[in-house]
Amino acid sequence: MSTHPNSSSPVLFKKVLFGFAFSPNLENNLYEVFRVCRFLGAELTLLHVGACTEKKKAALSTLLDQIPSAEVVSEVLWREGDPFQTIYDQCDALNIDLLMIGAQRHETLFRFYVGSVARKLTRRVNCSVLLLTNASRERVACKHVVVNGVLSDYTADAINAAFFVGQRLGARQLTIVEEIAPNKVQVAVDDDRSLVKSLRKKHQLELREDERVRSIIAAVPASFKDGVSYRTQPIFGKRGYSIGHYAEISRADLLVLNAEKHSSIFKRIITRDIEFILSDLPCELLIIRPKKEQNA
Amino acid sequence: MPKTSFIGSLHKNIFAGFVVSLIALPLGLSLAIASGMPPSAGIVSAIVGGVVVALFGGSHVTIAGPGYSLVVVILTAVTTLAGGDYYQGYLLTLSAIVLAGLIMFVLGLLRMGGLAAFFPSSAIEGMMAAIGLSLIAKQFHVMIGVETSKKSALELLAEIPAQLVDFVVLASQDTGVLIAGGLGLVSLFILLFNSSIRNPFYQRIPAPMWVLLIAIALSYYYEFTGFKNPIPQPAFISLPDSIEQLVVFPDFSFTWPIVSVALTIAFVGSIESLLSIKAVDKLDVFRRRSNASKDLRALGLATSISGLFGGLNVVTVISRSSVNVTQGATNRSSNFFHGAFLVLFVLVFSQTLNRIPLSALAAILVYTGFKLSHPLKFVSAYKIGFEQLLIFCVTLIATLSTNIVLGVLIGALSTLVSHLIITRDPLLFFLNVFKPNVLAFKEPEEDTFFVSVKHYCTFLNFYKLQKKLDAIGYTKKVVLDFSLCRFVDHTAMEGVESYVQYYEKKGGLVEVVGLDTLGATSTHPFAVRRVGQSSRARVLTRRQKLLGEMAQEYGWSFNAGALQLTGSLSSFVFFAARSLNKSYNELIDAEKRCVIFDVEYSEGEFIAKEDVKCTVMSLELNCEVPAFTLSREGLLERLYALAGYQDIQVAKHKEFNKRFHLSGPNEEKILELFNDQLVLFLESNTVYHIEASENRLLVFKNERLLSPSEIKAMAYFGRELVSLIECNFTS
Repeated sequence: MSTHPNSSSPVLFKKVLFGFAFSPNLENNLYEVFRVCRFLGAELTLLHVGACTEKKKAALSTLLDQIPSAEVVSEVLWREGDPFQTIYDQCDALNIDLLMIGAQRHETLFRFYVGSVARKLTRRVNCSVLLLTNASRERVACKHVVVNGVLSDYTADAINAAFFVGQRLGARQLTIVEEIAPNKVQVAVDDDRSLVKSLRKKHQLELREDERVRSIIAAVPASFKDGVSYRTQPIFGKRGYSIGHYAEISRADLLVLNAEKHSSIFKRIITRDIEFILSDLPCELLIIRPKKEQNA
Repeated sequence: MPKTSFIGSLHKNIFAGFVVSLIALPLGLSLAIASGMPPSAGIVSAIVGGVVVALFGGSHVTIAGPGYSLVVVILTAVTTLAGGDYYQGYLLTLSAIVLAGLIMFVLGLLRMGGLAAFFPSSAIEGMMAAIGLSLIAKQFHVMIGVETSKKSALELLAEIPAQLVDFVVLASQDTGVLIAGGLGLVSLFILLFNSSIRNPFYQRIPAPMWVLLIAIALSYYYEFTGFKNPIPQPAFISLPDSIEQLVVFPDFSFTWPIVSVALTIAFVGSIESLLSIKAVDKLDVFRRRSNASKDLRALGLATSISGLFGGLNVVTVISRSSVNVTQGATNRSSNFFHGAFLVLFVLVFSQTLNRIPLSALAAILVYTGFKLSHPLKFVSAYKIGFEQLLIFCVTLIATLSTNIVLGVLIGALSTLVSHLIITRDPLLFFLNVFKPNVLAFKEPEEDTFFVSVKHYCTFLNFYKLQKKLDAIGYTKKVVLDFSLCRFVDHTAMEGVESYVQYYEKKGGLVEVVGLDTLGATSTHPFAVRRVGQSSRARVLTRRQKLLGEMAQEYGWSFNAGALQLTGSLSSFVFFAARSLNKSYNELIDAEKRCVIFDVEYSEGEFIAKEDVKCTVMSLELNCEVPAFTLSREGLLERLYALAGYQDIQVAKHKEFNKRFHLSGPNEEKILELFNDQLVLFLESNTVYHIEASENRLLVFKNERLLSPSEIKAMAYFGRELVSLIECNFTS
C-alpha cells in the first residue's frame, strides 16, 4: 500500500523536529511522524519540554518499540524551560528544516484547534511547520494537496515544497489556488453594465495570475512533478480564508501555505491571513518558511 | 435583452405615467395632510421625485414620490419641533428633510444599496405593520370626521370603537358630520371592494381616483342644486392660489432633535426604497438589474430638492411602481411623465382640488394602513414559525411604543435571541460573526459556479452571500451548497429564493443543495433550518420537490426519507474503505434497475473529517461485466485500494487514455468491453466516475450533492451507458 520514497530526487527537508507532550494522541502522532519522515527521507529529532523522569522515558520507549522506525534516523532530546522558547531555540540550534506539531481535536465542536504555544510557534519559528490533524496508526493515503499560489516572497518555495511533499506522500492530485482579492477587480457590481465590466476585468486577472503561477510551476524540478497531476484554480475571495474553505470543499488532505515575511509591526497586525486557517483547520497544514530568512 | 427605441416606446411610457399620476395625486394630497404639512407638499414631492429620479436614477421602472412609512415621524416632527408652532415646525421639518436627503446621497455614494439585507425580514414586516397601524390610528377619526384629544398611536387605536359611537351620536345631530364621515366610509368601502367590481369601464380608473371623483362630484352637486354644502370649510383641503405661494423656504437652524429626525427619515426612507427597488426588479419585463446605490443617490438628491421647495421626502414606492409596470412602462421616462402630469393637474385643476374633503383622503390612508397591517400578515408570520410571529409582534409593539428605528433594532435583537435559543449554540455565532463564510469559484472545465456557505447563514451575514451571487451574473449556472452550514434562518431562505427567481428570469439557474439534511421548524418553505432539528412533518426542500416532479415525469418513484442501506454498495471498491452513515432521496426507475440517491459517508473510522454528502447512481445490468474502475485521470483518486493495477491503455484512443484512468484486475476482458463505440460515448460526455462489480455499475460525478438538472443528465447518461454495455456483451 505504501509508496516508496523516490531516492533519485533531492530532499527538501533534511532535519525534522517533533515537539511532543504526553497526551492521549501521542501514539498516533508518533506513528504519523515516523511515517512522514520515512517518506520525506528526513532525520527526526524528538523533543520533550519538561522534566526527564524514568516513568516518561519508559512510556516513550514502549511506544517507540511498537513503531516500525528502522528506516528513520532519530534521537530523543529532553529539555526543561518555557515550551515556546525552548522549541524556538532548538529549531535554530539544530538547524531544523521542518517543525511538526500535533493539532488537537476539539471534542464537542468536531473541529481542530491549535494550542497557544503551537500557534505562536507557527507564526514565529524560523523554519517550515507541519500541523498534524489526522495522525493515525494506519496510513491514510494523502490524495489531494492544495497549495497557495498567491503572489508573495515564498510562493515559489511553497509550490516547490507542495510538489515534493505531495509526490513523496503519494498524492496524485495537486491544486494550486490563486486567491484574488475582490478589491483587485476595482469594479463594484451595481447593475448589468458594471457586471460586464467586472467580469472582463476578472478574466484578465485570472489569465495574469495563471501565467505567473505557470512560470513558477515550470521552474519546479521535473522529478518532483513526476506522477502528480496538477491544475490551477483561481478564486475571488478573502485572502487566507478562501483557500481553507476550498480545501474543505475539495476534500484536500494537505494544505500548503507560504509564510508571510516578518516585515513590519504594522503588517503583522494587519495580516490575519493565516489566522482564518488556524482557527478552523480543514486538514493537515504545512507552512513553508525557507531558512534563508534567518540569514536575511 | 430585447431593446425598443426610446422614441418607439414613448407613447407607452406617457400612458403609464398618466395612470400613475392619477394615483399619485390623491395619495400625495392625503400623505401630506396626514404628515401635518400643506397638501401641496405631497404634490411637490411627487413632481420632484418624478423628474430628478428619472434623470439621475439607476432603476428602470420605479416610481418615486411621497411614501407612507414616514408619515407619523414627520407629523410628530411638525407638531413638536417648534414647541407647538405648526408653521415654524413645518419649516424646521423641511430642513430635516433636506439634511436627510444629503445623508441618503452619502449612503448612495458609500454603495449602501444592499442596506436592507442587514435586517431580518420578520422585523421589517413587523415595522411595516406598525406603520400601517399608526396610519389607521392617526387617520381613522379624520375619516369619520370626529375630534379626538388622544396623541399616542396605541391610545388612538384603543379609542376607535369609542370614536365610532361618537360618530353615530354626532351624525344624528349634525348633517355636516354625517356627510363628511359618510363620504369617508363610502370611500373606504370603494377601496376595500375595488377588486370585486368587475365592470371594465370602472376598472379603467384607479380606485383612489374614484374616491376623489366622487368627493368632487358631491361638492358640485351641492353647488348646482343650490343647497349649502353641509361639510364645514375647515374640513376641506386648501391649495395655495398661485405657484409663488407653493414655494416656502426651510429654516436651517439645526438642533439635535432636527438631526435625529433627519437620521430617521434617511434610515427608514432608504430601507423602504431599497425594498421597493428589489421588489420591482422582479416585475421588470426586460429583466434589468437596478443600480440600487445610484438610485439611492438620486432619491437623496430629490429629497433635498423637495425639502427646499416645501415638499415631503422622496422614496421609491412599491404600489405606484407596480401599477407603472402593469400599465406597460419600459423605462424611467414614465416616472418623469407622472411628475409632468401632476404639474398639469395642479395648474389646471387647482380650484377643483379644493373641493375634496379631508375625510375622503383619510379613507385612502386608512385603507393603506389596513393593507400594511392586514391580519393575514400575522397568520403568514405564524406559518413560517412560531418564533417569527414572536419577532413580528415584538417589533410591532416596540415600534408603536417607541419609534421606528428603535423598533427595528429591537426586532433585529429579538431575532438574534431567537436564533440563540433555537440552535442552543451561542459559540457558533460569536466565534464566526466577523469571519468570512462564503466561498465561490468556477468549477474547472464546466461553466458552473460553486458557492459554498459555512457555519451559519442568517441576516447577520447574508450580505456576504448576496455579494458573491451578485458578482457571478444572473445568466450563469450556480450550485449553492449549504452542506457545511449548521443553521439557516428565515431571512436567508427568503433571500435565496429571490436569487433563484432573479437567475431564472435572466436565463441562469441557482440550485440549492445541502439543505435536505437540515430540519425545518415548520412546513413553510422559508422556515428556519438547523442541524439536528426533527421536523414534526417532513418538509421537502425545493430540490426534493423538483426530484419528485422529475420522478413523475419519468414515471419513476421518489422517496425523500432515510433509506435502509443495502449491503450491495460495499461490494464497490469506492465504498469498501468508507463507512456509510445514511442515504436518502431515492429515485428508482420503473424496472428498479436504476437507482439514484444521496449518500452520506465518512472517510474511514476515527478520521475527524466532515462527513461527505454525495449523489450516486446504481445501475443493474442483465449481464456480468469484468470489474473495472474508470475515473477522470488524476482528478478523482479513488484507486488507492487497487494500488498495483496500472492505468489500462486502450489502443488507438490517445485522447481517451489521456483523460481517463481505467483500471481493473482483468485487463484482457476490460479491453474487450471498451470498444470504439463505448470509448467514443464516454469521450463525448461529461466525465463520470464509473465502477463495475459483477452485474452492477456505480456512477457518480463529483464528490458532492448534485442539483436536479445534473441528476437528470446523469440518469440519461446511465441509460445510454447500460444499453451500450449490454448490446456490447450480448453481441
